[in-house]
Amino acid sequence: MKSKRVNIKYFISEGVKNIFLHGFMSIAAIGVIAACLLVTGSFTLIARNIDAVIESIEEQNEIMVYIDETLGEEEAQNVAVKITAIDNVKSVEFISKEKALKNFKDKLDEYSYILDGFENSDENPLRHGFRIRMKDIAMHAETVDALQKIPEIASTNSRQDISQKLIQVRRVVNAISMALLIMLGAVSVFIIANTVKLTTFTRREEIAIMKMVGATDGFITFPFVVEGLVLGEIGAVLAFFCQWGVYSYITKVLSDGIGMLDIIPFADFSWQLIGIFAIIGVIVGAGGSAVAIRKFLKV
Amino acid sequence: MIRFIDVYKNYENGTKALKGLSLTIEDGEFLFIVGPSGSGKSTVVKLITGEISPTEGRVIVNGYNMSTIKSREIPYMRRTLGVVFQDFRLIEKKTVYENVAFAMRAVGAPQRVIKKRVPYVLDLVGILHKARRRPDELAGGEQQRVAIARALVNNPNMIIADEPTGNLDPARSLELMMLLERINSLGTTVLVVTHEKELVDKFSKRVVAIDGGMIISDKTGGYYQYEK
Repeated sequence: MKSKRVNIKYFISEGVKNIFLHGFMSIAAIGVIAACLLVTGSFTLIARNIDAVIESIEEQNEIMVYIDETLGEEEAQNVAVKITAIDNVKSVEFISKEKALKNFKDKLDEYSYILDGFENSDENPLRHGFRIRMKDIAMHAETVDALQKIPEIASTNSRQDISQKLIQVRRVVNAISMALLIMLGAVSVFIIANTVKLTTFTRREEIAIMKMVGATDGFITFPFVVEGLVLGEIGAVLAFFCQWGVYSYITKVLSDGIGMLDIIPFADFSWQLIGIFAIIGVIVGAGGSAVAIRKFLKV
Repeated sequence: MIRFIDVYKNYENGTKALKGLSLTIEDGEFLFIVGPSGSGKSTVVKLITGEISPTEGRVIVNGYNMSTIKSREIPYMRRTLGVVFQDFRLIEKKTVYENVAFAMRAVGAPQRVIKKRVPYVLDLVGILHKARRRPDELAGGEQQRVAIARALVNNPNMIIADEPTGNLDPARSLELMMLLERINSLGTTVLVVTHEKELVDKFSKRVVAIDGGMIISDKTGGYYQYEK
């Protein structure tokens, strides 16, 4: 038991000591890991923002339904229950014919006078209606079909063509994002793997000596794994802060320049990002070292 | 104890390095293995350290059968040996003390034992006063002493020195050989692989001469006799 404790203490202290002992290679490894994470991370954040923009446009794509004019306001409002029972319906907003008239007048602005005299409920030619938002715009046609089956609904109005376009844009953006992400990921793995291999290669003599004095493979590997783990995590933390700085700066520049642009604040994904970076740091640092060292253990 | 029983070693490139070599090294012996380049001396060392396996025959190293040894047993077999190389193979970034202590840590020795043992061994090889120096601050003979200290520190049954004086001048070579003789007098088996005739002739020890992968002479109290 005591010997195991001594070993763990040794693995950790040796791993950390080696980082300082091989300063240049350590800095190189940290730099490469941080740079790869930063590039991949930046791209992911850009993709997330594009996705969010598309999502917000999608949200604005809505279906208007108009209720049979023979129904009174209260009866019309009750139709909401049937509408919300449809699977793909995300939200329902009742628009009374009075409100519809007001909205219409607002839209007409200076020509609104042409609607004067319709304010009286009996004279109002408009119908009660609902503004419906969908969960998934890909199900647009099915949702409209389901709505049309409700007897109280007299007519529906929506822009299915816009939905189709948005779906296409999203598919293209997603495909490009995924392809670029895979490419960047593969390049990063390649660069990091070679850096780790190079770091280990410079220490092959040390490994050979350890083998020759009778160290077990596990005993040789663990300090390297600890070292790789620490380097990977330092790289991850560094990448996170750089990402934070770069993202905040770009956000500020864009908001100052194009005020309308709605960019996701960094805080919204900071925890997720540090988590992912930390996991990747462990995998490439510790995992990479463990794999790279195996080649040199065959003495 | 080390035994080679009718050992053959063929390398993948077709070289037949050993051709039926048989040899016994008893505990406590001091032995020179001599021979020209390509005679099979290094193959003998590599078979003892487990870097390669015999093609035919048996090699027994301190109770381990090297033909059937499992790879997880090799580290434990190596702990019974201390190896000294011609090029010293010290870790440049570690101090003399750390280079030696490192070998003890590698076999899981506790810190308090390391603290006691390392200065003792450094003193034994006469390099304790340079314990805080790095290898590149030492002369060749001093570096080789550190390498011997490292080989000795885990208290092995046997020290194998592969051309230990190859990078040293004659005076330093003689000093080093005397140090190995002293270590042998303390009970450790010493095997020195060399091709330096003058040095071998200064010591009246067992000399095994190898040429063409076979033993051509094995005489105790001998000289570098195979040339005669």
